[in-house]
Amino acid sequence: MRPLLPLRLELAAARAVGRLSRLAGAGGGTTLPGKLLWKLDPRAIDRLAARLPLGSALVSATNGKTTTAALGASILGPSARLVHNRSGANLVSGVASTLLAAPRGAELGLFEVDEGALPEVAVRLRPRAVCLGNLFRDQLDRYGELELVAERGDDPQVGDLARERPGSIVFGLDDPRHAQPELQHAADSKYCIRCGTPYVFAAAYVGHLGDYRCPRCGHGRPPLDVRAREIALHGLERASFELVAPAGSRRIDLALPGLYNVYNALAAAALALALGSSLDDVARGLERAGAAFGRFERIAIDGRTLLMLLIKNPAGANEVVRTLVSGGAPQLAVVALNDAVADGKDVSWIWDVDFEPLLAGLDRLVATGGRAAELALRFRYGGLDPSAIEVVPDLSLALDRGLELTAAGGQLVVLPTYTAMLALRKIVAGRGYVRQYWEERAA
Amino acid sequence: MRIRVGHLYPDYLNIYADRGNIAVLERRAAWRGHELVVESVGMGEPVRPGAHDLIYVGGGQDREQLLVAQDLARKAEQVLDAARGGTALLAVCGGYQLLGRGYRGFHGEDMPGVGLFPLETVAGDRRMIGDVLLECELDPGDRRTLAGFENHAGRTRLDPGATPLGRVVAGFGNDGESGFEGCRLGRAIGTYLHGPLLPRNPWLADWLLAQALAHARGTDEPEPLEPLDDALEAEAHAVSAARARSRGGRYPRKSGTLRVP
Repeated sequence: MRPLLPLRLELAAARAVGRLSRLAGAGGGTTLPGKLLWKLDPRAIDRLAARLPLGSALVSATNGKTTTAALGASILGPSARLVHNRSGANLVSGVASTLLAAPRGAELGLFEVDEGALPEVAVRLRPRAVCLGNLFRDQLDRYGELELVAERGDDPQVGDLARERPGSIVFGLDDPRHAQPELQHAADSKYCIRCGTPYVFAAAYVGHLGDYRCPRCGHGRPPLDVRAREIALHGLERASFELVAPAGSRRIDLALPGLYNVYNALAAAALALALGSSLDDVARGLERAGAAFGRFERIAIDGRTLLMLLIKNPAGANEVVRTLVSGGAPQLAVVALNDAVADGKDVSWIWDVDFEPLLAGLDRLVATGGRAAELALRFRYGGLDPSAIEVVPDLSLALDRGLELTAAGGQLVVLPTYTAMLALRKIVAGRGYVRQYWEERAA
Repeated sequence: MRIRVGHLYPDYLNIYADRGNIAVLERRAAWRGHELVVESVGMGEPVRPGAHDLIYVGGGQDREQLLVAQDLARKAEQVLDAARGGTALLAVCGGYQLLGRGYRGFHGEDMPGVGLFPLETVAGDRRMIGDVLLECELDPGDRRTLAGFENHAGRTRLDPGATPLGRVVAGFGNDGESGFEGCRLGRAIGTYLHGPLLPRNPWLADWLLAQALAHARGTDEPEPLEPLDDALEAEAHAVSAARARSRGGRYPRKSGTLRVP
């Protein structure tokens, strides 16, 4: 079938829609142009991608897509002109919109892709490399249950994909001192994907990610090509580790905290190595990178620091809680639960998060967002004294209340779901404290 | 008083925050001076006669459900005996399906059931997903609403004469056609509603606790529990109910379904 319009006209129309959307104040206009282009001619995306002389690379996982892609951009940016969906618009429409807005002379596409959109994006972009992180239960209302996603795809389900493809690079943590004492409640792949026997974990690091082995049929973690050894976690500030790759090893000092960011750094390193980066490029790129927006992002506001930590599913939220507590548990937190499509309309996941380590230190919790009452119930039935809980559904008022309760020079911890994070950032930006995400450019 | 709970397959059937339901039962019992003792009953472990005042079965993904189905079928007589002996029971989603006569999967795989609830489940080609609101009358004259979230591919059909848990005000319910949701048989309740179900529907948690206490005391008539301040629960219920109503009544056709690949 011939396209309806020449590519040039399709692109012009789609770009105009993006500008209109921004002018109309509808937000970043980050997906609308792509949606239009996709409707006009789905294959226009293929042709746009084919223009990139160095091709494309994709990053997909339940948790860590945005940060992994940001770290990847920091490594690859100096040697190639990137097209990168840094705002996190990771469905087909978002990838299309990013391609539309590609700077002149762009060479390499770097896209984080939603797990559900990965098959379609991979078919259209024919990527040189795909970096697969982990598969956890997330937004079951959107995807159905985990198996539906995994069947298409240190994660037992991901490990098998690598085994089936020669040339795959397998990455994972290799420092049992940082293993969990027991498998978390949020672990999903607890039973052998071949025979159903419970896995034995020599080390479980994050959820079910780790060194697994089936005692019955022997299905286990494949040998690692890229590893993190000698990991040191420095509270809420940094993490460091020894990156071990076939070409050698480097000590990496990461400006991001927590074990899960070591995972993200390893993923970005493996991807960059697959694309031909040198170990020195990888080390420099990782050390230069800062937080992706809303993920351990610090914003100075009225003489206080807002520390924003996105939570969106049990496995990710558990890591945020673990990292927070290791850095000295806060006495005050604002937690925001929305239930838009991007947050998941089913809010039951908050009951699968291990919030309990946070409760002991909390004097006050401000529950906010569209499902503030449900969130308050989670903490009340989790054992937090009801008198310590305030329910303030309006995000702006909740932020004010949190700041009011924070001493001058102090830090306010905010744990928002995705749309609550975007809304809070908009509120803070409206007061002149942070730029909107679509105005940001790579450092 | 001590309330003994048998939690079936907590390691396998826990997909929709089932531990939230247990936490609510635990706290609401404790706030009235009762102690909830939860015993996990796993693969190959028996449901011992007379050992539980309440049995809880949660929901799992298809693979986990398949893993437990065979094992649970071997425990069928033990579960039926417990129910006949007046043990209260709550089964949610996958657990609800498994307590019927069986489940016929979309790809042809069959799962045996316990045969407690007079119903059968057949996989459909679309998942039914979204907020649900039900109207229930567990005790004559006492009308209540239940607000929750459903996410199931199974179509559950009640036998003629079986009693549903409630009438669907908004959402799909058992099969997206009958207008009924769940099943009730004496002190046993089966439902697709999670969310989890009990935090935003504390009256049902209290109904189950009252039934379990009656079993613990060996009486037929449950005694009412002393009321608690449920203002926060009521607020969460109202928000969830409003979400369900905004779907546009029973069996919404346009939104909320996902094709099964």
